[in-house]
Amino acid sequence: MPKKVRIPTPLRKLTHNEELIEINAATIGEAIVELQTRFPGIQERLVDEKGEVRRFVNVYVNEEDIRFLQNRDTPLKDGDEISIIPAIAGG
Amino acid sequence: MSEKHQGFMKALKCRECGREYPLAATHVCEFDFGPLEVAYDYERIKKSLTRAAIESRPKTMWRYRELLPVAQEPTVGQQVGFTPLIKADRLAKKLGIRELWVKNDAVNYPTLSFKDRVVSVALSRAKELGFKTVACASTGNLANSVAAQAASAGLKSFVFIPSDLEQGKILNSLIYGANVICIKGHYDEVNRLCAEIAGKFGWAFVNVNMRPYYAEGSKSLAYEIAEQLGWRLPQHTIVPMASGSLLTKIHKGYQEFVKLGLVPDTEARLHGAQATGCSPISTAQKAGLDFFKPVKPDTIAKSLAIGTPADGFYALKVMRETSAAADDVSDDEIRDAIRLLAETEGIFAETAGGVTVGVAKKLIASGKIPRDSSAVICVTGNGLKTLDAVQGHCGKPREIKPSLREFEALLTQEEKANA
Repeated sequence: MPKKVRIPTPLRKLTHNEELIEINAATIGEAIVELQTRFPGIQERLVDEKGEVRRFVNVYVNEEDIRFLQNRDTPLKDGDEISIIPAIAGG
Repeated sequence: MSEKHQGFMKALKCRECGREYPLAATHVCEFDFGPLEVAYDYERIKKSLTRAAIESRPKTMWRYRELLPVAQEPTVGQQVGFTPLIKADRLAKKLGIRELWVKNDAVNYPTLSFKDRVVSVALSRAKELGFKTVACASTGNLANSVAAQAASAGLKSFVFIPSDLEQGKILNSLIYGANVICIKGHYDEVNRLCAEIAGKFGWAFVNVNMRPYYAEGSKSLAYEIAEQLGWRLPQHTIVPMASGSLLTKIHKGYQEFVKLGLVPDTEARLHGAQATGCSPISTAQKAGLDFFKPVKPDTIAKSLAIGTPADGFYALKVMRETSAAADDVSDDEIRDAIRLLAETEGIFAETAGGVTVGVAKKLIASGKIPRDSSAVICVTGNGLKTLDAVQGHCGKPREIKPSLREFEALLTQEEKANA
């Protein structure tokens, strides 16, 4: 069973309006590379020149922020769901 | 409606890369996910917004209407704002500072917190853009204000909150007939879910797709402070930080007043206050970092419990640029500060107010705010909404029979005990 990436609205133009993308990558870092090969241009939206996830992008694996896991090295297993979400204001 | 130049607004602009977007319900730059902010036509504003013009208008936040992001006259919350700025001499003496003021948004209209400002703007703008349903992710105060102001405007509302909120804050949303959805998780999880919901439903989420307009409402707090001080900026302003947005918007408000020539260009430091149990921004500031590490919140200051603060980066930048400090206080220090403010100034603040007063005390004691200076403390919410936090920490009433003798005996007994 593959992993799924939930694509946020601002990036759906790049994925031809696909909201859920299935991937096979073994880590978050690899997932970004895999998305880039299939949807050119998506990588630079998510990571900066140094390869770090942009500061206004939050990435979650099964609802846990990857900054509480192993950031780009966070391992992925079958059935995992990855969400990419812009930072939100307070409340 | 034309998408160009509405009212005094020019466009939405990415704070990171400067790309411009139409004035729609959208909040994130498609290119780098940077937050979008409203760009104004300051040349036109300067001609219209003078001290005399402002002073001739009703005492509400809308007397600065040119600097607030609506195309037409506001239609929701026209009475919000212009809360008292109190000269807090008794608290000043306790904290050991020459001049101290409390900006008291605990008595804001209609729901007793500074969120009435941002919601008034967000819902007025939402109506302009044709929305019928409004929503928010909230730690409580925002939900109360969205629920109340949506009710008064005849809009349908959905408010999403963490399920462990204070009872008072939950009831204060339910009473207005809002759809209150409790999420089993902390605010950052509520936020994440709301981002996903906002992408799917065509609603005006005040702090998601309406965020560029919503956040600007906070600037009115700065305008009022400057005007109420007699058209000048305070040397020091102490601001509670959750997402960090309020601190950055107060800074922007001060700067706009300088730019428009409404106040002299004097040094105005903006100090940030957090609870130790959720202090990603103050921890980074104290360590001299320009980025923060997200945390899992654990504090009685639930209205400030945001572990992944969206504007944390910009709040750190403002504090750096204004040579300001940040600090944080424990739950006990928060309760003590709530009592101190109540006992010296007769103002009952919610936990966030305890955080701000507690941090002001620390910054004055450590010399980061010099004793011979003037400071404003921002109290942003009302203690009646967070009674749970002080229950059992502020003494107990004494019970007697309706008898004069018992009362006199009680006084004698207590005098002896205190002797």
